[in-house]
Amino acid sequence: MDFTTLLLVLDSTVRLATPLLLACLAGLFSERAGIFDIGLEGKMLMAAFFSAAVAYATGNVWLGLLAGIASSMALSAIHGLASITFRGNQLISGVAINFLAAGVTVVVAQSWFRQGGRTPSLEGASRFNPIELPLAESLSGVPLLGPIYHELVSGHTVPVYAAFAAVPLTWWILFRTRFGLRLRAVGENPESVDTAGVSVIGLRFAAVAIAGLLCGIAGAYLGTALQAGFVKDMTAGRGFIALAALIFSKWRPWHALYATLLFGLLQAIAVRFQNIDLGGFVIPVQFMEALPYILTVVILAGFVGKAIPPRAGGEPYVKER
Amino acid sequence: MQGGRVTERRATAAPAIELRGISKAFGPVQANKDISIRVMPGTIHGIIGENGAGKSTLMSILYGFYKADAGEIFINGQKTQIPDSQAAIRAGIGMVFQHFKLVQNFTVLENIILGAEDGGLLKPSLAKARKSLIALEKEYGLKVDPDALIEEIGVGKQQRVEILKALYRQAEILILDEPTGVLTPAEADQLFRILARLKAEGKTIILITHKLREIMEITDTVSVMRRGEMTATVKTSQTSPEELAELMVGRKVLLRVDKAPAKPGAEVLLVDDLRVTDEDGVERLKGISLKVRAGEILGVAGVAGNGQSELLEVLGGMRPATGQVSIKGESIDLTGKRSDGQSRRSRGIAHVPEDRQHEGLIMDFAAWENLIFGYHHDPEYQANRLLMDNSDVTQLAARKMERFDVRPPNPRLTAKSFSGGNQQKLVLAREIERNPDLLLVGQPTRGVDIGAIEFIHKQIIALRDAGKAILLVSVELDEIMSLSDRIAVMFDGRIMGERLPSQTDQTELGLLMAGIDPDTD
Amino acid sequence: MEKMPKWADAVLVPLLSLLMAAILSAIVIFAIGEDPVAAFKLMVDGALMRSAGWGYTLYYATNFIFTGLAVSVAFHARLFNIGGEGQAMLGGLGVALVCLYIPWPHWTLAIIGASIGGAIFGAAWAFAPAYLQAKRGSHVVITTIMFNYIAYSVLNYLLVNVLIAKGSMDPATPKFPEATHLPTFRDMFSTADTILFRGSPANVSFFLALFACVFVWLLIWRTRLGYEIRAFGHSDTAANYAGISAVRITIVTMLISGALAGLMAVNTTQGEAERLILNPTEGAGFIGIAVALMGRNHPVGVFIAALLFGFLYQGGAELALWTNIPRELIVVIQALVILFTGALDNMVRMPLERLFLAFRRKEAR
Repeated sequence: MDFTTLLLVLDSTVRLATPLLLACLAGLFSERAGIFDIGLEGKMLMAAFFSAAVAYATGNVWLGLLAGIASSMALSAIHGLASITFRGNQLISGVAINFLAAGVTVVVAQSWFRQGGRTPSLEGASRFNPIELPLAESLSGVPLLGPIYHELVSGHTVPVYAAFAAVPLTWWILFRTRFGLRLRAVGENPESVDTAGVSVIGLRFAAVAIAGLLCGIAGAYLGTALQAGFVKDMTAGRGFIALAALIFSKWRPWHALYATLLFGLLQAIAVRFQNIDLGGFVIPVQFMEALPYILTVVILAGFVGKAIPPRAGGEPYVKER
Repeated sequence: MQGGRVTERRATAAPAIELRGISKAFGPVQANKDISIRVMPGTIHGIIGENGAGKSTLMSILYGFYKADAGEIFINGQKTQIPDSQAAIRAGIGMVFQHFKLVQNFTVLENIILGAEDGGLLKPSLAKARKSLIALEKEYGLKVDPDALIEEIGVGKQQRVEILKALYRQAEILILDEPTGVLTPAEADQLFRILARLKAEGKTIILITHKLREIMEITDTVSVMRRGEMTATVKTSQTSPEELAELMVGRKVLLRVDKAPAKPGAEVLLVDDLRVTDEDGVERLKGISLKVRAGEILGVAGVAGNGQSELLEVLGGMRPATGQVSIKGESIDLTGKRSDGQSRRSRGIAHVPEDRQHEGLIMDFAAWENLIFGYHHDPEYQANRLLMDNSDVTQLAARKMERFDVRPPNPRLTAKSFSGGNQQKLVLAREIERNPDLLLVGQPTRGVDIGAIEFIHKQIIALRDAGKAILLVSVELDEIMSLSDRIAVMFDGRIMGERLPSQTDQTELGLLMAGIDPDTD
Repeated sequence: MEKMPKWADAVLVPLLSLLMAAILSAIVIFAIGEDPVAAFKLMVDGALMRSAGWGYTLYYATNFIFTGLAVSVAFHARLFNIGGEGQAMLGGLGVALVCLYIPWPHWTLAIIGASIGGAIFGAAWAFAPAYLQAKRGSHVVITTIMFNYIAYSVLNYLLVNVLIAKGSMDPATPKFPEATHLPTFRDMFSTADTILFRGSPANVSFFLALFACVFVWLLIWRTRLGYEIRAFGHSDTAANYAGISAVRITIVTMLISGALAGLMAVNTTQGEAERLILNPTEGAGFIGIAVALMGRNHPVGVFIAALLFGFLYQGGAELALWTNIPRELIVVIQALVILFTGALDNMVRMPLERLFLAFRRKEAR
């Protein structure tokens, strides 16, 4: 593999890792507060559709982004209602949200656009377009670092930079602010927070809302930046892969970045090399397609080590007997 | 000046806390009925009552954790609404719960500021808390490393963190719910010294306990609760343990258990060099050796967490271990397929586990299903090779419940609809009716009312008198003293020593429980 | 003391949940500019008013009984098997191999062989997630979802590269031999004068599904294994105390669950398509979750819920044919049913419990 190909693969790694990273951080906020969220997938899907649809209708990708975030947060509200207010099973609520998104997006897409459950193709201002960072063009001649800066660092869309910036921000919020301290406490021992006179319900709803926000950005990125429009089931398991990455990272922000980059790399390789010929034996394309899923299982199975989730995770908080 | 403030407040003579007509129901259960109480400032007030008498509920209402259905609260003579814990904290109330409300993987400092931070960023809050911690340490002698993680410090220290949490929030009234349950006698003494000092500094303290001795030792006044009602409030100096016990239960109680001297027979259980390492790689049992003979009760005393639980779990087939264990001279497997609970049962070992709600019973199973739990492979319970004989099992269950006085004797009710004492009787009925060679019993009377305690103790002694071997683990020293024929004391995964009940006392056992051997020192 | 009589818990709560799901679905239909009442009439007409409609409804119901039972059995051990979809796909592969490569003399034998093939392949696909959950603690929810995606790739590969009929461009196996074809309801119930179930796919596997209901009922409430599964599901710590092996129960339960999902292929692959096609499950594995939740994990409940979803599925197909409402509407309904009967259960239950408590107080007075 030559240098240019390597750069291309890494570049597409960054792009493919972005939705995973945003979803993973979304899951991180939610699970650190003690709410399991397997509805990341559905929230992203919902946001992908509504952002693409609104961006198409208005010609403004920013309005699309807002619509995406709003739709994703609406699903978060349902998850909060089910798992915080009514103390329901968080896994079941997540599954319901995934199906709700899968169904609603296609039903509404068909009703609005009549194109078999997709939005029309987006172009121009209704998409997030790549941003050239300063000096990228003029420095591209510099050996090694020039192309890296030009190809890899520069030329991405806003959500990509936002996702990467979200990593230190998440770390700072969790470990340096009062909100972060309380959030982590509520995921470990909600009684400690409750007896200290802080609302468990409020904190958990806040965490779930943040998860909705981040999934909204992730979905908008899928529908308006990574691809030019919404296609049925376009999230393709990314929400679940993000969850695996979350476990792999042991609920830590920087490790989440590394884990999602790893999964992004796998996807990039699978996209780039459809049929790998190993001297007579051809690895079938279906295997490459399944590879990220297989690796998710492998990582869950073995390389995680002892991952201790937040102690109160998945348990609804019951104060009165 | 602290002293001045105290005298001043005493002079005003308004109670620090006054509750009037507090009532609280949980669904159909009336936990508190029309309770009124006055606690004067600068005193220690005890609240005593059996499990389920409503003590903790009452204090949780005072702390804003539950909302009372009716009644009023006055703090320092002012009528005060306490809708949530925040309001309680503002009113100067601090609470140390029976189960600590600490975040295990936070530092002491982080736990102390949680909910009482100054501003949105942590750094200034932590710095401020560190300073006041040093001040509090000087004032009350409450020493604890501010940067230690909670999971790395002992329970005694954790309790101090809870007290510090309250003091950091400037609590003037401190409620402690069963604070000595997890402490060694020495640690408990230390706690009482701290409480005395707090009292001297003018704080008001409410101590909730079911231990008469603690009430007599430290309180100024005491209230007795029974079945959600307050039956009496008296000056401690003007009452006696016997009177309090009678007020608690509502009738005369024998504080001693009647039993004949043991007639020990052949060795049934022989344990040699038993070792257990837990999931975190910590060695919990460090070479335990003991024996139990037929017709005797070996009581294992110790503060919770010193390996007694692991000892029971290994013998009951709930976790693997190394070493040698034999039953009636034949060794049993400590690892592998033949070391599970069912293999143990087939070797004549019955086990009443420490935690009946999470181990001994399935709370959502009917009583009849619970009465075969662990023995469900027994041919007696099968209709044919494939199917179980549910109706026959239900009839058997009804008879067992009759014999063990389980109320109500309806085998179709789920386990969770029985009281704690009746749940324990279900477990005992199941294990004793199998006529085992060895009975393992853990905390047989935890969370059980006094009436059921007497019954359970009688059943255990009857089994001993029938020539069976019994290994009893309990954190209640009184229970160990009155039931056991021999007492082994565990500390830090080892047996510190063995004593005969007739030749020892609580002081000596307390020292052993704290890891000090009085004979060698 | 029970807060509410058992019948209310088993009947009233699911019914109310269903009602709320129905109202919300009607709002969705209304919101996309269609008439909910007309849509409902169309569904009833298409699914229930003719025997052919019934033939489709029962055909789909057969699938959902199998997948609903699969999810239920796992739920009893507190395992959430979302992999019914993948297990049913692999079940299809098992059925196809058995039908294609074993020369069966008669369908009565072929259905036994195909059932075994489907069950074994379905169970095999559940084995890896089960093993990883039991031994390594990898969460079965995520791994079974991953195995759904992997199953699709496996099937895709085999159908495109290995099993494809010679000279065909369609990724599907050749037609199964005549002797493996199952009798349809039309074959079974039509008389010389009246033809019933014309053109509909319902077939003899429906009775296999009924048999599976009985089997699961006996298994869960009458056998020692079922006792252990339920005990483990309620409390893993108590199971450990009783000497019930968590590893064994996890794996065995998931294998049974996978086998039940795999059996679905007897209905679709052998009974209807009579060859293995790409995506033979059409989401039936997922619908099993809604069916299990609504049926309260009891075979009788599962049977009723499966009939309901069979109706919805067939009705939904009619809607897609005659209106601008796509088939995905069924996914929305399914999501709402899961939400209300599963996650928002307390929202329905708590007011009901209060109602019953108030009633009882009145009576006591």
